[in-house]
Amino acid sequence: MFRKILIANRGEIACRVIKTARRLGIATVSVYSDADTQSLHRQSADESIRIGPAPASKSYLDPCAVIAACEATGADAVHPGYGFLSENVAFAQSLSERGITFIGPNTHAIAIMGDKIESKKAAEIAGVNVVPGFVDVVRDANDAVRVANEIGYPVMLKASAGGGGKGMRVVSDDEECKEGFIQASHEALGGFGDDRLFVEKFIEHPRHIEIQILADQYGNVVSLGERECSIQRRHQKIIEEAPSPFIDEQIRERMSSQAIRLAKSVNYVSAGTVEFIVDRRRNFYFLEMNTRLQVEHPVTEFITRIDLVEEMIRISAGEALSFKQSDIGINGHSIECRLYAEDPSRDFLPSTGRVNSYLVPEENDAVRIDSGIKEGSDISIYYDPMIAKAISFGASRDDAIDSMLSVLDRCYIDGVLHNVRFLSALLSHQRFRDGDLTTTLIAEEYPDGFTNGPIDNVDIDLLVAVAAYAHVKTEGRINGLAPQRTIKKVAVLSDRQISLKLMADPEGYLVSIGDKDLLIESQWCIGDILFFAVVGGRSVCIQMQRITNGYRLTHSGCQIDVHLYAPRVAELSQYMVEKESPDLSAFLLSPMPGLLVSINVEVGQKVKATEELVVVEAMKMENTLRADRDVVVDEILVEAGDSVTVNQPLLLFRRE
Amino acid sequence: MTDDNYQRLHRMTQDALQGGGPRRIDAQHGKGKLTARERLEVLMDEGSFVELDRFVEHRSTDFEMETQKILGDGVVTGYGTINGRLVFVFSQDFTVFGGSLSEAHAEKITKVLEQAMRVGAPVIGLNDSGGARIQEGVASLGGYAEIFQKNVLASGVVPQLSVIMGPCAGGAVYSPAITDFIFMVYGTSYMFVTGPEVVKTVTHEAVSAEELGGASVHSSNSGVADAAFENDIDALTMVRKFMYYLPSNNQEKPPKITTTDPSTREVESLEQLVPEDSSRPYDMKLLIQKIVDEDDFFELQPDFAKNMIIGFGRFAGESVGIVANQPMVLAGCLDIDSSVKAARFVRFCDCFNIPILTLVDVPGFLPGKAQEHGGIIRQGAKLLYAFAEATVPKVTVITRKAYGGAYDVMSSKHLRGDVNLAWPSAEIAVMGAKGAVEIIFRQDIGDEKKIAQRTESYKQKFANPYSAAARGYIDDIILPKQTRRSVCESLKMLANKTLQNPWRKHGNIPL
Repeated sequence: MFRKILIANRGEIACRVIKTARRLGIATVSVYSDADTQSLHRQSADESIRIGPAPASKSYLDPCAVIAACEATGADAVHPGYGFLSENVAFAQSLSERGITFIGPNTHAIAIMGDKIESKKAAEIAGVNVVPGFVDVVRDANDAVRVANEIGYPVMLKASAGGGGKGMRVVSDDEECKEGFIQASHEALGGFGDDRLFVEKFIEHPRHIEIQILADQYGNVVSLGERECSIQRRHQKIIEEAPSPFIDEQIRERMSSQAIRLAKSVNYVSAGTVEFIVDRRRNFYFLEMNTRLQVEHPVTEFITRIDLVEEMIRISAGEALSFKQSDIGINGHSIECRLYAEDPSRDFLPSTGRVNSYLVPEENDAVRIDSGIKEGSDISIYYDPMIAKAISFGASRDDAIDSMLSVLDRCYIDGVLHNVRFLSALLSHQRFRDGDLTTTLIAEEYPDGFTNGPIDNVDIDLLVAVAAYAHVKTEGRINGLAPQRTIKKVAVLSDRQISLKLMADPEGYLVSIGDKDLLIESQWCIGDILFFAVVGGRSVCIQMQRITNGYRLTHSGCQIDVHLYAPRVAELSQYMVEKESPDLSAFLLSPMPGLLVSINVEVGQKVKATEELVVVEAMKMENTLRADRDVVVDEILVEAGDSVTVNQPLLLFRRE
Repeated sequence: MTDDNYQRLHRMTQDALQGGGPRRIDAQHGKGKLTARERLEVLMDEGSFVELDRFVEHRSTDFEMETQKILGDGVVTGYGTINGRLVFVFSQDFTVFGGSLSEAHAEKITKVLEQAMRVGAPVIGLNDSGGARIQEGVASLGGYAEIFQKNVLASGVVPQLSVIMGPCAGGAVYSPAITDFIFMVYGTSYMFVTGPEVVKTVTHEAVSAEELGGASVHSSNSGVADAAFENDIDALTMVRKFMYYLPSNNQEKPPKITTTDPSTREVESLEQLVPEDSSRPYDMKLLIQKIVDEDDFFELQPDFAKNMIIGFGRFAGESVGIVANQPMVLAGCLDIDSSVKAARFVRFCDCFNIPILTLVDVPGFLPGKAQEHGGIIRQGAKLLYAFAEATVPKVTVITRKAYGGAYDVMSSKHLRGDVNLAWPSAEIAVMGAKGAVEIIFRQDIGDEKKIAQRTESYKQKFANPYSAAARGYIDDIILPKQTRRSVCESLKMLANKTLQNPWRKHGNIPL
């Protein structure tokens, strides 16, 4: 067994690998960039070493820096986590040349599976279903049209070296195909330095289902069942689950045996994932194989109770698998939600900054939080903006969903925008409950992004009663008058007023709304963000932030403002009018924090609608901000190279 | 007494209560404003308001004013309770003669000011007045001056708060200006000495009342307003909350609240608040929010001179005035506006027995011609004077930079700071290391290596809290996460502090 493992990664996955290594009695080394000097992963390891400046290309993605760190710390093995160097052949090669074990597959397997065309060929040879298409590079636009007609529209043009949606085009006729070929090859060249494209059948309403395998160095390969990862935005998974609600034992069996065949055909070793795309009729087609640990591996761990990182370490240390396929049982259901620092109302643009408040539930047998941050951590512009992963387990799928909803209610994050409410809303969505998932679900159900969960998802009376409880408790503390037996309040919401009566009860407060009585029992202390209570026998957790005269309540993906007034004040509130907010339409505001790359206009310039104004880079992405109407640039408020914050005015316009 | 008298009382009361009548009341509501009496209903504890001088009328006979008399004469005055504590109030009634100030109207206001001083209770004025009652001429002007005089006498004796809820123009602005705090309402209140018409005539500049003296202007540009709110109800309910930070008079301490927030609570995330790179900013408000009771900080002037933060919070239930540099704005430098902003706040706290917590991260005074020519010397002196003069408990925590004269100013040990603490990241020095080296070792300026070496050694010596601690200028160096605990302990220890300044008529603060 290894003495010391260096984890060539950061964030939650580094912390997660450290946990298992520590349990196995192996010393751990974490690496960190200048942006991560105060990070959790650095502090979690037994020792840590700096590997370079903040940009990933100069630190976590730099094989030389990581290898130097191994040598400096005397690590005898490297766990690469996911992303960064996890599928870098040269890195794995260099390690083995220095006698350091790469905890992962052999370089042969990495190389083949890293290439879309090569992997597809390997899959065909191994007898794995592949998407109907042309398993070779298309020469030019006309060639693409010929192939497309053979397969039948719609087809997808895909970059051979591609990933993450770049260099991909769905086309449905010859015209689109020609145009798409030019665009996609251009993008592929720019994005990956490789303009090779291939064509395959486009599967409509697809689901993404993948098989987790484990293979040792002695030719033993087992399948740990599937994970369904259809809930995606920007081509990235955000909710995963195991098992899939869509496939049965027979299909699972067929997918597993194909995945195992593919692994065997490349002498695969370690943990790996064979991704399939599944159509409405449960036909499945090979998509790609990921030769590393996946982000969503915890759901498999929950239903199999096998620690995948432990197995990876044991396999790399030369141990044989300690179990056979028949030993692997799949019990219960598990769901993972990825908590991202992003803005669901603005196309999921990343949000960066300091996480000022960070409350997540305690872990237990059925709840796991894989976190890469702690309160006070920075979500920097340099890396993936994932904050944490929440994983729930239940006997049934419904139990797992309910458990996850309760977990999300207890996650309070402040300082960056995040997707926690969006995740709650997704889990509460009827299509999700029904298991009616596709990779296009988010785009279909939330075409304009997400701002707030449907109000029907929550029990308004319950929320109002809780707000009133908190309000009366706070007021009662400073009110020098004798406490009244019955307190009357009116809750004012954006669209309605609700009258309540509160009566102190030995157990808590009895809140009457109309003819409905709610007994609220709670240990809530003034100032607590999380309001845990038992209301009418039901346990709830509601997030509450103080606002003027009330609370902003968050529950089940919904956020509502409740103002509480004495009845007479509520009556007078009818005269309060909405004040016009200052007119900011005269400004161009930065939609995200980032670096102002360039300003493409000059003072006095007339700009037509849709013309480029400025370019802001955030999270390595350049975002072009365009004029939404005809304007004249009156003043430029920033300079190229400035760091800008969200909603910072960049340009001032005037009308012609 | 006869039935007649009862009926008369009944009728007069009815008349008084309806102010300027239904038409004017509707107009008032139409603007999103409450009436003078409705405002008192929101402000005071239910049923606690006792009206005085309900039957006062003006005595003017010019311009046919003798035919126009309305009981109360445009202002509702009296007393009552807010959260069970006695306060005196006056609420100008815009529906009666546009809330204009007559001699009688002024007498009603001075009467409550006098009574409040006699019994030691705060005075809250709700201003909504078109200005002087022009028909009364100089009698109205005299009325204003009588109010100013009473305001000045009450200053530092009982807290005085003005809530501007409509127009407040001309000489009328000087009564609120003398009171301790001014709250405004966005969109429906404005204050100016000369109005848009005069501006137009004299300078030919067209400007609206809102642009000239609205709540936005006074809360962000002029610093006249201490807080601004969305509407009447928000403003009045926040006044209720605000009053609980203040004592009733200068002989009392502010009321204490029972809290379940432990004094010993550690805040782990503060260990990461100050960035390693000392040129990077961080948000000082986060520190305040994390250490005060229940995450509850009542900030004043949040949009003005943002390089300085002032406001009230509580520690272990006790009201505390907080003064803090904000590194996010102008690197937290002291300048004219921030010095004056903090100075006035410190003096208020000192008047009313409210301990002061000062959080320091200040690289110095803002350099430049604008500042020097604007009188940063005398303006900055105000803050120095205010801290030096204050005898209430003073606790100071230096989180990072405390450079030069600004170090002295920010409630240093030398200005009778009671407990002066520093984080390990504190740099207490005459100036930043680089600047210091370039002065001390001017001859080495060309030699980069030498300068780097010297800078490092200067950093070693002074870019830390240890040399200040060695002299006792810093009482203790604490871990950031223990800040709340240390502040609570210090304030508890200082609870019975007594300190007297030498007798004098009054000091001569540089104005």
